[in-house]
Amino acid sequence: MTLRPSILDPQGKAVEHAIESLGVGPVSQVRIGKYVEFLVDEQEEDAARRATEDVCRRLLANPVMEDYSYELTRL
Amino acid sequence: MDRVTFGVVVFPGSNCDHDTYYVCKKILGQEAVFLWHKEEDLRGVDAVILPGGFSYGDYLRCGAIARFSPIMKQVIRFATEGGTVLGICNGFQILLEAGLLPGVLLRNASLRFVCRRVQVRVENAATRFTSLYPPGEVVTFPVAHGDGNYFTDPETLAQLNARDQIVFRYADAGGNVTPEGNPNGSLENVAGVVNEQGNVLGMMPHPERASDPVLGMTDGQRLFRSMIEWCIINVRGERQEDGQCQTLAQQK
Repeated sequence: MTLRPSILDPQGKAVEHAIESLGVGPVSQVRIGKYVEFLVDEQEEDAARRATEDVCRRLLANPVMEDYSYELTRL
Repeated sequence: MDRVTFGVVVFPGSNCDHDTYYVCKKILGQEAVFLWHKEEDLRGVDAVILPGGFSYGDYLRCGAIARFSPIMKQVIRFATEGGTVLGICNGFQILLEAGLLPGVLLRNASLRFVCRRVQVRVENAATRFTSLYPPGEVVTFPVAHGDGNYFTDPETLAQLNARDQIVFRYADAGGNVTPEGNPNGSLENVAGVVNEQGNVLGMMPHPERASDPVLGMTDGQRLFRSMIEWCIINVRGERQEDGQCQTLAQQK
């Protein structure tokens, strides 16, 4: 989950300034997000995708301020 | 005179629940009950208060987990049916997450937890929460939060303004709504918003911490007294078939 582009990310800005202090090349547009992993007990990829989408949309991300993306990996 | 019963919801991590209960019961002389978040019944209370604190340790996002507590189904139903609901601080965050109010509260622009007294201007004194304040009065409430930076999209903001849903704005020492008076970067200094129907108010400042004279501030009392007056006339009045509610309205 990451803050939507229209939302100012003061944490990201603070980290960006710290990166500048490191003296490592030109780095900009630092954005801080959250990473979540979970196991979906489904055999079919479509079903797993629907469940994941549901969890992201209804709980993990607040659509007013956040975007989300996800990857499915078969175990 | 009839008394009003406040229901104070207690989530794991609520920490203003007892202050709120104390103000309702001891300072204002009303009835108050604690409603544990696992309960599925509001026990017939006249008004619900979601108190401040750190429900579920602010995990994921402030209020995001509390919004799924069993009691919230009943709070949402109560609100949808026109019941009086006040969310203070974390309670405001929960109301936003539950979709009962529009917008979100972002991390404070300063990235710091802000804990101090602020001046707040009453922008809409025609609500059931603010009827005892003169319009435009500047009152003093404490704030204590890390995520109080109100944000919403421009269309919603325009609607909030057009419908007078912004009930409180942060003001500076002179009582003017300026960037200097804004403790958290909140959009247009928004400190509290009411829903379109006018029965659900969310606010970051703590009126319950400005009600006991011992604490040196009493501006918050009138917020609760407005709610009490409204509930006595409208909720209690409906339950009585005689003319007592009219008498109360005339006294006002």
